Amino acid sequence: MTRSVTVFNPGGISLIQDAGRAGFQRYGVSVSGVMDPEALLIGNHLLGNEPGAAAIEVTFGGSEFRFEAELVAVVTGGNLQPSLDGTPLDNWETFVASAGSVLRFGVPVEGLRAYLCIEGGFDVPPVLGSRSTHVASRIGGLNGGPLSAGDSLSVGPSSSHALPSSALPAELRHSTTGEITIRVVRGPQYSSFTDSGVGTFLSSNYTVSDKSDRQGLRLEGPVIEASGGKYDILSDAVVFGSVQVPGDGKPIVLMADRQTTGGYTKIATVASVDLPLLAQVTPGTMLKFVEISVTEAQSLMRQRRAAILNSDIRSGICAGNGGVTVNGTVYEMGIQFRRTDIGQSTAGMATVSLPGVRFTARVNEVPDSSIR
Amino acid sequence: MSEASHSVKKYPRILPAGDQALMVEFGNEISPSVNDDVYALADRLSVESPSWLGEIVPTYRSLLIAYDGFQFDYDRVYRELSEFLSADTGNNVGTVRSPVVFELPVAYGGQDGPDLAQVAEHAGLTVEEVVSIHTSVSYRVYMIGFSPGFPYLGGMDTRIACPRLGTPRTRVPAGSVGIAESQTGVYPNASPGGWQLIGRTPVRLFDVTAEPPSLLQPGHFVRFVPVSIDQMVEIEREIDQGNYRVETAELSE
Repeated sequence: MTRSVTVFNPGGISLIQDAGRAGFQRYGVSVSGVMDPEALLIGNHLLGNEPGAAAIEVTFGGSEFRFEAELVAVVTGGNLQPSLDGTPLDNWETFVASAGSVLRFGVPVEGLRAYLCIEGGFDVPPVLGSRSTHVASRIGGLNGGPLSAGDSLSVGPSSSHALPSSALPAELRHSTTGEITIRVVRGPQYSSFTDSGVGTFLSSNYTVSDKSDRQGLRLEGPVIEASGGKYDILSDAVVFGSVQVPGDGKPIVLMADRQTTGGYTKIATVASVDLPLLAQVTPGTMLKFVEISVTEAQSLMRQRRAAILNSDIRSGICAGNGGVTVNGTVYEMGIQFRRTDIGQSTAGMATVSLPGVRFTARVNEVPDSSIR
Repeated sequence: MSEASHSVKKYPRILPAGDQALMVEFGNEISPSVNDDVYALADRLSVESPSWLGEIVPTYRSLLIAYDGFQFDYDRVYRELSEFLSADTGNNVGTVRSPVVFELPVAYGGQDGPDLAQVAEHAGLTVEEVVSIHTSVSYRVYMIGFSPGFPYLGGMDTRIACPRLGTPRTRVPAGSVGIAESQTGVYPNASPGGWQLIGRTPVRLFDVTAEPPSLLQPGHFVRFVPVSIDQMVEIEREIDQGNYRVETAELSE
């Protein structure tokens, strides 16, 4: 069977996204990419993919996808009640989808966006070095637009180390319910705001408006006062997480589909470590902002990434086949062991039982491709 | 603080832009010399290529410099960038590129420029005078932004300035040349837009298969050259056949 996934029903909106189209902002090309970079990183890590392999970003749920071949996959990000042929799936744990099986998303019960990551990644033609879809400029994805029913998506070559049983440890799965505190660093135009304006921003509750989208989160709340009422600047470059304050004094957090430049004062920039939280907020969610230093923000993002990449995600029971030659006779054998390392190959001890013989064999190296 | 501090050199200055980027500001105005400083730094960084250098985004008066915050400390990047800026004499930084003028053929008025008459009326000029004024200047490409390949052009004669449309169009055809206040520009892609449309160029300003994808680069200049409908049709045919080359010239004052 061809390694592909068919879109049965795109649901709310389903988009091919990867780590983004960096490098072309000077030509006005939006970075786009996933809203929740951590969910993509984790999904690809669990599958042994390249960190930026393309996934399907499912927003609002209601989508259905059919696997046309046996494929290892994982759902990360928000909890949109995924199920495989009717059996509920847990986010953050890889599963083997058999050929013909159908993955369905329900409505969001926590968060807003889920990511379907697959061994090898979705293989649409890259445009300017990325598979990300930027709908506004019709670039990337499948013909520049959202996925629609009937679309067939090729899956890239299997990674040599995709494992069918890996999972993100529970302590690393964060919650996006209740009131959320977002850490920010000072923005480039921080000093354009009055002390009282900065105070308002850092002490008030802001509510995510339903006019929010992949381009930005519009927030409702107290007006932030700029010195001399000047909210406009000469257009300059913005980043993922720039907090702009336009003339109405209500902040807008720029997200994945942001334009490359903007003409409003930027009071703050969201710390990278907290962007995944913003990617998952639903309209009506209450946010609070606290200021930290850039050094602190970098330390937090590094700690978080290290915790993810060094966590014991591949602790599942793995099985492999092999053979042992005893006195000239070859015995086929099965090996089962608990995998605990994260290298490209696996070493460990395996206990092997053969008729009339019992011994312990040392397994020096088992290529991951043999573990299925 | 503020006004009392002109003894202290205010620019260039380094501003924070999150945990993975810095912004260097060279001024707070639209001026060729400030914009030259932006491109001079962009060029020097590209040549010297410090290990932390990521994507750079030049704009009117500032340069955004991205770096990998997982790998490089803010303090280090800030310090090295400061050294980089102070090593600069600050005088006649200039730009290392020789300014190139791209001559874009434009069919003015008619279907391609439905607002030309309105712009003329607003200016109290004839349509011919508006075209003549619009085509008499080499416009500096200060930056590319807003949408893929969209050039922010500077230098338009304010006699033909005109407010934006009261109600933006839901679809402006690719190549449309417009005026908004004292700015002029070209829409590289079909999009909604509120600029007064005075003409259209068949030249494709943005093509993902081209290297680089944007025909115009920041620091380039643009001159609009009026063409007839017949010439327009001929140029479009050549573009479709892949044998059209945009005329370029050296900048002459």
